[in-house]
Amino acid sequence: MATTISPAPPAPPATRAVPLWRRMPAGLLFTLPFLVFYLAFLVWPTVSSLFLSFFNESLTGTRGEFVGLANWTEMFGDSAMWSAFGNTVYFTLLSTPPLVLIGLVMALLTNRAMPLRWLWRLAFFLPFLLPASVVALIWVWLYQPGFGLVNDTLARLGLAEAGWLTEPDLAMVSVVITTVWWTVGFNFLLYLAALQQIPQHLYDAAAIDGAGWWQRLRSVTLPMLGRTTGLVIVLQLLASLRVFDQIYLLYQGTGGPNFAARPILEHVYTTAFTNFRFGYASAISTFFFVLIVTVSVAQLKLFPSSSNSSNSSKER
Amino acid sequence: MDDVSRRAVLGTMLAVGALPLVACGAGDGARTKVRYWNLFAGGDGLLMLQMQDDFRAKNPDISLEAVTLAWGAPYYTKLAMAAAGGRGPDVAVLHLARMPGYAPGHLLDAFDVDLLEEVGLDPAEFPPGLIERATVNGRLYALPLDTHPFVMYYNTDVAQQAGLLDAAGRLTPINGPDALIDALTRAKKVTGKHGLALDNLDVMPWRLFYALYRQLDGTLALPLGGSIGIDDAKALQALGLMRRLTEEGLATQGLDYAGAIAAFVNGDSGFHWNGGWETTTFSTAKTPYSMTRFPNIFGNARTTGDAHSFVLPHQRSRDPEATRASYRFLAHLIKSSVTWGKAGHVPAYRPVATSPAYLALKPQSEYRDVTPDVQLDPPAWFSGSGSDFQNQGGAAFQAVLTGDLTPQQGLDQFKGAVDKLLTTPSPA
Repeated sequence: MATTISPAPPAPPATRAVPLWRRMPAGLLFTLPFLVFYLAFLVWPTVSSLFLSFFNESLTGTRGEFVGLANWTEMFGDSAMWSAFGNTVYFTLLSTPPLVLIGLVMALLTNRAMPLRWLWRLAFFLPFLLPASVVALIWVWLYQPGFGLVNDTLARLGLAEAGWLTEPDLAMVSVVITTVWWTVGFNFLLYLAALQQIPQHLYDAAAIDGAGWWQRLRSVTLPMLGRTTGLVIVLQLLASLRVFDQIYLLYQGTGGPNFAARPILEHVYTTAFTNFRFGYASAISTFFFVLIVTVSVAQLKLFPSSSNSSNSSKER
Repeated sequence: MDDVSRRAVLGTMLAVGALPLVACGAGDGARTKVRYWNLFAGGDGLLMLQMQDDFRAKNPDISLEAVTLAWGAPYYTKLAMAAAGGRGPDVAVLHLARMPGYAPGHLLDAFDVDLLEEVGLDPAEFPPGLIERATVNGRLYALPLDTHPFVMYYNTDVAQQAGLLDAAGRLTPINGPDALIDALTRAKKVTGKHGLALDNLDVMPWRLFYALYRQLDGTLALPLGGSIGIDDAKALQALGLMRRLTEEGLATQGLDYAGAIAAFVNGDSGFHWNGGWETTTFSTAKTPYSMTRFPNIFGNARTTGDAHSFVLPHQRSRDPEATRASYRFLAHLIKSSVTWGKAGHVPAYRPVATSPAYLALKPQSEYRDVTPDVQLDPPAWFSGSGSDFQNQGGAAFQAVLTGDLTPQQGLDQFKGAVDKLLTTPSPA
């Protein structure tokens, strides 16, 4: 504060250029409230997490010696860490395609003129507004063997029941189904907004050229959505990599049948808050943080082509 | 001048604004504040609320601030964080088996024997086994409220039709594996679905395994830095019986906690194995049920369990008045734990456990003699209710129950996981 308010040294009146302090600190002043929070709640915790990863810090406060790279070497040899890491990657690979595709299809469907269109749109988006706890509660009951809606329906159709929450092979599939139902509404909304941005005259021109429904979708709609698709995929990958809430709640923190659905963040949580090993947990979370940043940067490098193409198509 | 008057106005506003705050502080200071944390969110939580209200009515000079938090890891995380900061609650509930992980002396403060005497509590009136677990280096760090064993509920209608009740309408004791299989088979015939409603997920498989393993006189050693001491043959025998129950369709396979409760409430099962704390649920659901000790399957009646205990989370500066009020509070809870007994927990305090009021509680007092047979987890910083140890046991043995792993594979997985915990440097 003091530096921003302190008056500038009296400038020679000959040059009437706007003094530096008048241009710079105003912007700084306006962003200061944000910067304070950003530094206190993002930058500082990130840095201190890196710092903690070199100590055997524990929640009980009985330790805290410098251990060098011990946490890091332990992590790279920790089979539980790698299996949890594998689970997170598996979830991301399994959940991202349906979350993008179904969002797109739902947006295409509800972008047409139809009766009760607002109701369809609302219904598709509504689950996204539910808190994770409610979602987990609903799906735990749906997945119950015997009387759960899913298994009951399977049984009525003459199919075999499945142990949705108890079979290790199905554990993550159940989480993906739940997550798609819960969060696809967000991608749907992004796509719907993008669809409404496409100028009608492009479709008119395509129709005059004799393009059918499929041709218009392939040559007008999808290219015009390129930029949005890039955005949706990036956001979705980042969201999927951070999966935690619904899994923690669906499996009550146990990591699913024989840990088949324990994501890396749950491993960090268990390590830090059940086993009190802050130092080691910091090493894992720092490692994962670096990985997420790498993915984000790679995404931004990989997808500029799509944003260019949609820009150029807009210019057309 | 303008500037000065603005500052004066602001200053006055601040001063006036602060006045009510000061007044509040003074008003509260007249009553001693006791902050209490617990994890009772189930049927027993309602009884705890009753006991708290009773305390408030009888002790108007104490202002009790009670907080109920979610059971298990979330609760223990918060408690540890609060105690690590040295500004934790005055009194908290802790599962006795969790105590080693709380580094007595670091996260927990010891009880003052003189103060206990002042509120009329004598450690000799508590089960000696529990007091031994609660004592570290000659100092008492936990005061047991109850023991809560793994028990057997049975549907009285189903048991009646299956011919499993005696003339007085009580379950004929089930002794030995054959009698167990026979009883479950008969119950299954009556319900047409299962004999036993068994939660296959979370930590329940661990509780069942440990009860059976301890009935076989198996011992479990957890030497830090070493590897687990376990009797493979006995462990495999216990796991073999567990798998047999699900494989032969006598017990539910793949059901979770809520599902097992529902299966018992709906009358789809004649029996249900769980902690004693679901009595309120079954009474509310009007299930015709009774309960008894976990059956004697392998030659004795040991069962898994733990003890809810009161602890004093570490405080950097302990206020003597608040401490004294805290002792009065926990003495009240312990002495009025007949109410607590309604939840299916067996009161630890002998004068309560032997009182006519408690003996009149049926079916809860039917298994009051269980206390010496309750097997707590072997002591280690990572064991006890809601711990990683139980989670590992639950995961490995649940896979045995569902047939994904053979008993041998399940045992190997469990041993591997525990060995890893043993070689992990202790945070305590």
